[in-house]
Amino acid sequence: MDGTPRLGHGFRFQWEPAQQCHVLLYPEGMIKLNQSGGEILARCDGQRDIAAIVADLEAAFSTSGLRSDVEAFLAMAVEKRWLRLDSGAKT
Amino acid sequence: MNAPAKIGPPMWLLAEVTYRCPLHCVFCYNPVDFAKHEAELSTEDWLRVLREGRELGAVQCGFSGGEPLLRDDLEILIGEARQLGYYTNLITSGVGLTEARLDAFKAAGLDHIQLSFQDSSKEINDFLTHTRSFDLKQKVGDMLKARGWPMVMNVVIHRLNIEHIGRIIEMADALGAEYLELANAQYYSWALLNRDQLMPSREQLRRAEAVTNEWKEKLAERMRILFVVPDYHEGKPKKCMNGWGNVFLTVTPDGTALPCHTARMLPGLSFPNVRDSSLREIWHESEGFNHYRGTGWMKKPCRDCDKKEEDLGGCRCQAYLLAGDADAADPVCPKSPHHEIVSSALENASRPERQTQALIFRDPKESRRLSQEGETPVSAT
Repeated sequence: MDGTPRLGHGFRFQWEPAQQCHVLLYPEGMIKLNQSGGEILARCDGQRDIAAIVADLEAAFSTSGLRSDVEAFLAMAVEKRWLRLDSGAKT
Repeated sequence: MNAPAKIGPPMWLLAEVTYRCPLHCVFCYNPVDFAKHEAELSTEDWLRVLREGRELGAVQCGFSGGEPLLRDDLEILIGEARQLGYYTNLITSGVGLTEARLDAFKAAGLDHIQLSFQDSSKEINDFLTHTRSFDLKQKVGDMLKARGWPMVMNVVIHRLNIEHIGRIIEMADALGAEYLELANAQYYSWALLNRDQLMPSREQLRRAEAVTNEWKEKLAERMRILFVVPDYHEGKPKKCMNGWGNVFLTVTPDGTALPCHTARMLPGLSFPNVRDSSLREIWHESEGFNHYRGTGWMKKPCRDCDKKEEDLGGCRCQAYLLAGDADAADPVCPKSPHHEIVSSALENASRPERQTQALIFRDPKESRRLSQEGETPVSAT
């Protein structure tokens, strides 16, 4: 899996104080995210490619080997259209 | 009443900013007596309502009406809502929408526009024959896309257009719609007055759903289609508003706060006004919002039903409109002692020679006339 993820058309990502979690808002709906989903989506800014996101997460949480978990989440999020994957970015 | 111990935040704040409307839709869900409630909230009132709703935890904010574009301060309200962190939705027919206005909405941060169809007996015809109405929708659609909004369309489906559903989907695709909601008319307010003309037969509905499913498959890559089945035909009460006072709070043009669009009609319940109370008091403490929360208010057959948590007895307004008793089981439920009212309406819809009256169009004059006739349930007669 390669590319640079950005939020899908019409989605907005934000911290929701009343819910105490990150959420994805879209027309007439809301998805509550767990902590890891929130941390990944917070980095899907259309600038960082997948490799950079993984590196950033691994640094932030002082760990390694996150690539496959991140890819699994991204694949699910792309399928649900939460994210679009811009291709052509260098990894 | 036995309200649930813990009341969560409202997720949805619907701001019905005006009942004024250039259109005359025969299925409009605005109250039949809307002309009696036209004293609109000021800009300041709305700004306060938006702030209080957000403090309560609401995340979705809808602007509808009437036609919300008729409020000159709409861009101010949208801007404030967006600033507060709401996801902002505008529900409009697009009539009167200009490039300049859309630019102002964009600058205000509007997230989403749903383009709905007008009185379809005429408009759908125009639309299907590629004339004025199609051109208007195309123009608005192009203006939306140019500003990065998806094209989201809503068409109310009923007997007068249901046979054209394939063509409607095809045209929506030609306009570049990314989402299409095909919402079967629900029989409240004006749609209830016109129910006999609007209700499709079981066979018509079945065919329409089959055609829609074919198109869903064909267009899966570029358009999402949602087909909303009417509860009369489904034979199953809906969990109305996802529960009374559970996620949804609507504020009407005159400031009355309601748990759903149509609850104002229920007799004996008082609903607070945002001019007198804060949204927090309204949501947590008012009689109107607490009355039908949970299941404590139920009587037979709902009280003893194993589905009572699932559907919460269906819709209170429908129970009142059809059974004349807002505490009754929703008559669409086969267990309701009043279910016959629903089945005979369906029977009538399937009869080849049906008796129907002339359509009643939503307008202020009709509204005043009908209000004078009193507030008795429309079809309990």
